[in-house]
Amino acid sequence: MIDGDVQFDANGRLRHCLTTEGLSGDQVREILDLAESFADVNDKSIKKVPLLRGHTVVNLFFETSTRTRSTFELAAKRLSADVLNIDVARSATTKGESLLDTIANLRAMQCELFVMRHPDSGAAHYVAGHVDEAVHVINAGDGQHAHPTQALLDVFTIRRHKPAFADLSVAIVGDLRHSRVARSQIHALRALGTRDIRVIGPRTLLPAAVESLGVTAHDDIDRGIADVDVIIMLRLQRERMEHALLPSEREYFAGWGLTPERLRRARPDAIVLHPGPTNRGVEIHSAVADGPQSVILEQVTNGIAVRMAVMALITGNAPGQPA
Amino acid sequence: MAGWLDRMSREITAACGERLPDLLVVGIHTGGVHVARALRARLALQTPLCALDISFYRDDFQRIGLHPRVGRSELPVSIDDREILLVDDVLYSGRTVRAALNELFDYGRPARVMLAVLIERTGHELPIRADFIGRSMDLAHDQRVRLASPALDLEVLDRPHRSGRDD
Repeated sequence: MIDGDVQFDANGRLRHCLTTEGLSGDQVREILDLAESFADVNDKSIKKVPLLRGHTVVNLFFETSTRTRSTFELAAKRLSADVLNIDVARSATTKGESLLDTIANLRAMQCELFVMRHPDSGAAHYVAGHVDEAVHVINAGDGQHAHPTQALLDVFTIRRHKPAFADLSVAIVGDLRHSRVARSQIHALRALGTRDIRVIGPRTLLPAAVESLGVTAHDDIDRGIADVDVIIMLRLQRERMEHALLPSEREYFAGWGLTPERLRRARPDAIVLHPGPTNRGVEIHSAVADGPQSVILEQVTNGIAVRMAVMALITGNAPGQPA
Repeated sequence: MAGWLDRMSREITAACGERLPDLLVVGIHTGGVHVARALRARLALQTPLCALDISFYRDDFQRIGLHPRVGRSELPVSIDDREILLVDDVLYSGRTVRAALNELFDYGRPARVMLAVLIERTGHELPIRADFIGRSMDLAHDQRVRLASPALDLEVLDRPHRSGRDD
């Protein structure tokens, strides 16, 4: 397990956003409340506030992303920051430059807020542990470890529909084994007091000690999603499958795909989330993804406000400022 | 206090003339909203009470970060070509009003903005003056004045204020 303490400063305030593990319920709620205020900005005729004027945000993506990168970019721009998108496939890293050299060079260009996605678990922690105190790092996904802003926008979306987390039954369905999103969701849901979290998927795609995270494991989706309030579908990460973990996508859909018939086993007012991109006909039926219980596009919209909140909060927690 | 508000509403009525029924009263969180509510009631306006939270527009974010509690800005109607009465409890440095004007113009282009404050105190740092004033107070730099309650009781405190947090 990667140490989450590096994301806090000496006063216990959030300086980086690396993982939802170790965040208290109050800390999560502070971010969600702030995100509600930023959501109002998007209703104004000029969708911008001057908070991060003069700051430069670097989107440093060592893995492809459409949604996450573009919502981080929009969030930074709506905070009036300048945004630099580094296309890593074409950058000097392919010529052998180390990660810390890349960061040092961007620091020399007076960039101070790094949004980073990397295929290696712990990459964002590693950078956060080696930068000067004026730098803030946001983990936009590291390997199979964490994706905190996705989890925060998911609980933000859930809270808008069902605010009483202690009473909720939440099912997380699919490829738990490769999912940094699921891990971060579980920590965020637990911090908010959710007691009934069920992870559902084929045994080969459930981590060995998943119950140690405070969840119950099911390999039968029909039993697992009975009477739940929230269903979070995960993407089948075909690019991370190294071994024959699955028979075929058709069999996966037959066994664990969310169909309209299966959805009826959940509560009638249950909501369906998916972090995207969705594999229609693999983990989710189109009629569910586009149906009235789906909040998948709300998640995308909410992602902007939540990322604005995280950027503003950690940038505001700069050294020398009162706690 | 009620006397000040009565006089202010008479002055506002005179200044607005026939455009008074369209006047939009906008209070600045938190004290300004209480004063705005009291003025709006005296002016018998049908237009909605509006509120601004200027946390995202402060000029001291670099120094002190975000205010721990950010409230909601509520302007439920278009402000384009409207007469606006911006209301705060205390006018001190003028920085809050500057931030409020910046935020207001992100919602639209009003025809005219006027400023009403319950207390105008010494210590302006910007060329901003109020159009309607309840009372002017000559206070020392290390004294604070604020509304003690939504009932608009005033409280003068003799302790140093944290830089930038006050108005």
